Amino acid sequence: MKKIGLLLSILIATSAFCENKIALSGAGATFPQPFYNMAFQDYAKLKGVQVSYGGIGSGGGIQSLRDKVVDFGASDAYLSNEELANMPASVVHIPTCSGAVVIAFNLKGISQIKLNPSTLTKLFLGQITNWNNAELKKLNPTINFPNLEITVVHRSDGSGTTNMFTDYLCKVSPEWKTKLGSGKSVNWPTGIGAKGNPGVAGTIAQTKGSIGYIGSEYAFAEKISSALLQNNAGKYIKASITSVSAAAKGAIPADTRVMITNSSAVDAYPISGFTWMLLYKEQNYNNRSYNQALATTQLLYWMVSPTAQSLAGKVNYAPLPASAVAKAKAILRTVTYNGKKILK
Amino acid sequence: MNSDKVLKSVLFTASLLILLISGGMVYSLFRGSMLSFHHFGWNFLISSHWDPTQGKEQYGALPFIAGTIFTSVLALIMAIPMAFSTSLFVAEYFHKTRLASVVNTLVDLLAGIPSIIYGLWGFYILRPFIVEIGLNPQGYGIFTSSLILAIMIIPYATSLSNTTIMMVPNELKEAAYSLGATRLEVIWNVILPNARSGIMASYILAFGRALGETMAVTMLIGNANIIPTSLFSTGNTMASVIANQFGEAGGLQLSALIEIGLLLFLITTIVNAIGKFIIKKIV
Repeated sequence: MKKIGLLLSILIATSAFCENKIALSGAGATFPQPFYNMAFQDYAKLKGVQVSYGGIGSGGGIQSLRDKVVDFGASDAYLSNEELANMPASVVHIPTCSGAVVIAFNLKGISQIKLNPSTLTKLFLGQITNWNNAELKKLNPTINFPNLEITVVHRSDGSGTTNMFTDYLCKVSPEWKTKLGSGKSVNWPTGIGAKGNPGVAGTIAQTKGSIGYIGSEYAFAEKISSALLQNNAGKYIKASITSVSAAAKGAIPADTRVMITNSSAVDAYPISGFTWMLLYKEQNYNNRSYNQALATTQLLYWMVSPTAQSLAGKVNYAPLPASAVAKAKAILRTVTYNGKKILK
Repeated sequence: MNSDKVLKSVLFTASLLILLISGGMVYSLFRGSMLSFHHFGWNFLISSHWDPTQGKEQYGALPFIAGTIFTSVLALIMAIPMAFSTSLFVAEYFHKTRLASVVNTLVDLLAGIPSIIYGLWGFYILRPFIVEIGLNPQGYGIFTSSLILAIMIIPYATSLSNTTIMMVPNELKEAAYSLGATRLEVIWNVILPNARSGIMASYILAFGRALGETMAVTMLIGNANIIPTSLFSTGNTMASVIANQFGEAGGLQLSALIEIGLLLFLITTIVNAIGKFIIKKIV
């Protein structure tokens, strides 16, 4: 009996000890995972709070949050009104950084081309099929295009990158909007599919005359050269961390649920977008402790702080402009525990 | 309890567990595909429209069924001459020589190479080669995938054929030789009739293997959700569309993918059952 009593008291002591230490978990988009991993490592060093993140895809992240098995979810696409209504409680969006989609191509000896929205659409609709096309020549008078068939490369898996790219094409081309629409995967009229950014980048690198779209975080890290795109203001813009950040400078709604593709900002790269973390507005659910709720909101508050945002640039994500940070902070201040605001 | 009874119950539990696992798989595949079945019914099998765009989702499995059958049949057609010659070489012409054992080991080795390695080799070596010799401007598609599949299934097609060819009684062959038959005549009139069903069965099992192959095909077929129209057309297979789209799929799309999984399961089961049936007939 004595032994059992001792064992029990040890068990109770250890479980009490464990409860003191707060660990957070999140799941969702793979796109910001390198940034999140790095930020969470630093956060553990700074605040002693362990954060684990599973890059299981945006869909999985939203599902995990709905099932209340994570403290926060993460998604490359904001939840539609319908999806929000399907959640068991009110959910808020916190943008953490932005990324872009770049247009990569494989043409021997040519490292930079200019594209405008109409040619870009025609390329991916399969209406321009050869590199010696007159429209391409007109946009790039100095380049001597070869007589070479164009192979379009797109994603074969569902992806936030595709969502951002097709959202942009819908905005600039009514034809695209009626024929294909936008989403994480669409019914491509032409080309070959490859899995993930590495798959698309590898296929482009291996296929002469190919063109495709790649997530900026991968393209920047691998130093893949990309096309200059004409933005809404008529300027040809190279994709870079600065030009992607610039896209977020336009008007943002209070709940930050917006696609900033085809931004009207003068120096904006046109195919840019936010990625978000999602959490419940009322943090007392599933018997969560106040400390757990506090730690969650503090983590997200820290994610938009200058410290975390400066990390984003290091791993090839575009930091949020001040206007977006202010909006994110305002949203976090509305998060409550038992109806009382958590952050002062 | 004596040791015999213990062993018996252990074996019984182990086999029951396998039964339960496969039963559970079929059950969960059925359950998962209900949503898609309610939406599309039998039309799922004959519709070639696969559109995962949100708001206008529409799923039909025909492009993938066609792609799977095309690539596997083509792979089998390409594999049979190579597999058959190898079997004859190993099991008859050079039977029990060192050369035969080297060839045999190498063929067995082919079976042990992970599928992704075949995929990478196909992507970086075979596909550029096909572009180089001018068969196809970009090299992706049915032909390239079938070629890589053919190489992958050769070991499955040869190993069983080897055994059955070796099992042909020596007396029969000697009798034929003593009657003045040439080697070719012995192969044609003695070995083939005796080993026919074993050889057939091994090809059917190899075919079953080609049906489910995923990674190498995904890397080479082009992943275009269309019914292939020619040898060099791009396409997609059932296994490869599941591998590609499962990660981010949800709702109706997920259910449609599971239904494709169920279809693949059924097709492979039937093909394997036919193979088993033919083997049984020879014993």
